[in-house]
Amino acid sequence: MNTPWKPAEQPSSFTFDADSEREIEEVLTKYPVARKASAVMPLLYIAQRQMGRQTGSAWIPLVAMDDIAARLDIAAIRVYEVASFYTMFNTQPIGRYHLQVCTTTPCWLRGSDDVTSACKKATGISTFGETSQDGLFTLTQVECLGACSNAPILQVDDDFYEDMDGPRTEALIAALRVGQYPKPGPSIDRAGSAPEGGRKTLLETTAPAPSGAE
Amino acid sequence: MVRVIVDGTPVDVPPGSSALQACEAAGKEIPRFCYHERLSVAGNCRMCLVQVVRAPKPVASCGFPVSDGMEILTDTEVVRRARRAVMEFLLINHPLDCPICDQGGECDLQDQAYGYGTGISRYQEAKRAVTDKDLGPLVKTVMTRCIQCTRCVRFTTEVAGTPELGLVSRGENAEITTYVEKALTSELSGNLIDICPVGALTAKPSAFHARAWEYKKTDAIDVMDALGTNIQIQARGGEVMRIVPRVNDEVNEEWLSDKGRFSVDGLKRRRLDRPWVRVHGKLHKASWQEAFVSLARRLEGVSGERIGAIAGDLCDAESLCALKDLMAELGSSNIDCRQDGAWYDTTNRAGYLFNSDIAGLDDADALLLIGTNPRHEAPVLNARIRKQYLHNGRGAFPVASIGNIPVDLTYPVEVLGDGPTALADLLAGKHAFAEVLKNAKRPMIILGHGALTRPDAQAIYEAAKALALQVGAITQGWNGLNVLHTAASRVAGLDLGFVPGPRGLASTNMLRGGVEVLWLLGADDFALDKIGPDTFVVYQGHHGDAAAKRADIILPGAAYTEKAGTYVNTAGRVQRAFRAVFPPGEAREDWRIIRAFSDVVGHALPYNSQEGVWARMASINPVFGAGYEGENTSPQLAAPETAQGEWGNKLGSTPLKPVIADYYQTNPISRASPTMAECSRVYSPVRAAVAAE
Repeated sequence: MNTPWKPAEQPSSFTFDADSEREIEEVLTKYPVARKASAVMPLLYIAQRQMGRQTGSAWIPLVAMDDIAARLDIAAIRVYEVASFYTMFNTQPIGRYHLQVCTTTPCWLRGSDDVTSACKKATGISTFGETSQDGLFTLTQVECLGACSNAPILQVDDDFYEDMDGPRTEALIAALRVGQYPKPGPSIDRAGSAPEGGRKTLLETTAPAPSGAE
Repeated sequence: MVRVIVDGTPVDVPPGSSALQACEAAGKEIPRFCYHERLSVAGNCRMCLVQVVRAPKPVASCGFPVSDGMEILTDTEVVRRARRAVMEFLLINHPLDCPICDQGGECDLQDQAYGYGTGISRYQEAKRAVTDKDLGPLVKTVMTRCIQCTRCVRFTTEVAGTPELGLVSRGENAEITTYVEKALTSELSGNLIDICPVGALTAKPSAFHARAWEYKKTDAIDVMDALGTNIQIQARGGEVMRIVPRVNDEVNEEWLSDKGRFSVDGLKRRRLDRPWVRVHGKLHKASWQEAFVSLARRLEGVSGERIGAIAGDLCDAESLCALKDLMAELGSSNIDCRQDGAWYDTTNRAGYLFNSDIAGLDDADALLLIGTNPRHEAPVLNARIRKQYLHNGRGAFPVASIGNIPVDLTYPVEVLGDGPTALADLLAGKHAFAEVLKNAKRPMIILGHGALTRPDAQAIYEAAKALALQVGAITQGWNGLNVLHTAASRVAGLDLGFVPGPRGLASTNMLRGGVEVLWLLGADDFALDKIGPDTFVVYQGHHGDAAAKRADIILPGAAYTEKAGTYVNTAGRVQRAFRAVFPPGEAREDWRIIRAFSDVVGHALPYNSQEGVWARMASINPVFGAGYEGENTSPQLAAPETAQGEWGNKLGSTPLKPVIADYYQTNPISRASPTMAECSRVYSPVRAAVAAE
């Protein structure tokens, strides 16, 4: 339970690049000027994504939080409070790929333990919160991701990989390792949350076919 | 008014009150941790649960607004069970270290655990531990004791105006921290210790020194600034252990500046505990009799106008009165309580007072600071300005300053210019702020000693007065022209007429060799090398500071904790302090020293008791009379006597400079205090960095 920040790892400077500036401008138009402090979360997210683009580690350094505080006319501590409260903001460096395993009951019942151990086996990570030696992967335990019908879920950065099991998790990680980004979504033969292998109900319809159809 | 029924008793409370306030109005004590009447409502401790009839479950009374006819039950089985449950949760992670905790004996959690604690814990898992934070030299942290009430976060954000503390992370990992390791930069940080309901924030300098119940408590008045903060001196044995504020809404609400609170250790160091006499260029120990006799011998044959007296910033009114009378007996009118050479309009009491009164800030709607930095000159007053700024809302309490202020005042300040010419511009209506002042209903102007210690002080004062009249700051029932003093003794000195008589010399002239014998009553805040080599210096004071080294005779006096004294604050409020401890060694109360010497020199003063001095003070100025006590006088200002053109070309052009360079080192007591020295070391680089920005 220490302060989740280690001084030595902090970069000495951070500047929003042109892409981020464009996004910030757009975000700020959504709030009245007197209430622009509300933009703190979008701005933190923009900073985190920029760090991901630039350094391959999507996290928010202290200097970026100070910059955001200055832009929004709020005390720096208010930004630290928000950034440290939400688990989706990383306040310390993470790996290139952020593996987030849902271990809440539905996913757990559907085999999230296999996903977890596959992640650990494929990356060499021993516990949650760790980053692999090659700096590519960080494994995090997360609460319900809200996709229980596709349990278990492995979220990689912003994408959901659904209906995972041990071997498919290992294959996914192997693909990520060589720079491929497999298509997110169900890893078994189904579309979204539809049944495996196609539709199982409502196969026949009694309603008259619309005119012009077969 | 809204009628609320609390436990069957009807009470009327103002609309918008909370259920907790209604219960208090009905005389019911509601336990609470996070609620504090001077801070915003957080509602996160849940200890103040009460039952509201027809509400489905207990409600947190601190954040529950009253409505007409609402029935509140504060003492039912449901309420008791709910509070017991809350207490059990609060105690889950709270360590059982009361025996080694400095808060023990004055701890809200401890007290309320007696009432609502279950005595046993059902919690089997590992307790959480939190890393302690380094918040600087004044506030010690034991964060495992923290119950996350966030009073400290709200205090630093709202009252102190230095938002540095926050509640970071969440759930079990939540903790109070500055996040980046840094010392708190507020001059009010000591109040965090008072508002913390548990032992998480305690006083670092007095850690493990004494227990709350061991103290002998004495009411007194703070002398570190001119605000007259009401304090309680807590002593054990013959030693002042700590100083805490008393509540006085008219003066300090319930805050105390760090210098007033933490310079106590300066009272034990570098003290003058016996008389000294200089013989052949060297100071020798002497008895009172020897010191008095050699001083009386030196005064023999010296005519009255060759004797002078300068009073320092920490004196009580009694000693000023006695010294004034002694000087008059000796035939001298060379007396001055303005060691910094300040100029005041002494024709009228309103000429040197903070006329709006400190509580008047709560009505003000525009403020002009002239040559003052209230954050350093009176931190508690500055908090009150900030309070009004927050109360009025963004932009509704415009504050401007003439003279650059090198620190953040914790509210936005528009700098109109750095020299007095900006004042002339304002008078001529050349600046938009003139219009702001004119449109304000109760505009305030605060003149500081950055302006009043200049050669053109009189011109600045007259110009400020003209401005005040022009913008309607002086009307029936409102006098918005204020002088903010920095010396606790100054107003008492002016009230008693401790200023040069008709042909008397002012302090600057006395120092320049205008007198043969110079009596310094605790005065040493000036360049001592200015005193001519032939001047015979008597130093009566409590600390062996700069002036004692120059002195030919040292008369050891009492510090403010060691004498019963009367002090008049910057707003003209006469306040009395009691004696907490005895002065060290042979040191005596100051007015008694002067009274004793008057006997030796053959001009015995006509009083011999505290009551006698008080009667004499009241005869000099009725404000010291019993009838005046506690009353605020707001006399109307006379119209400016000088025409506009006259002062107009007397205004200087040099920038106004702040009078306090280092907040933590302003008087003999704070200079002797290791804690204040440490603060100075820690905070001065911060200040320098801020100033450089």
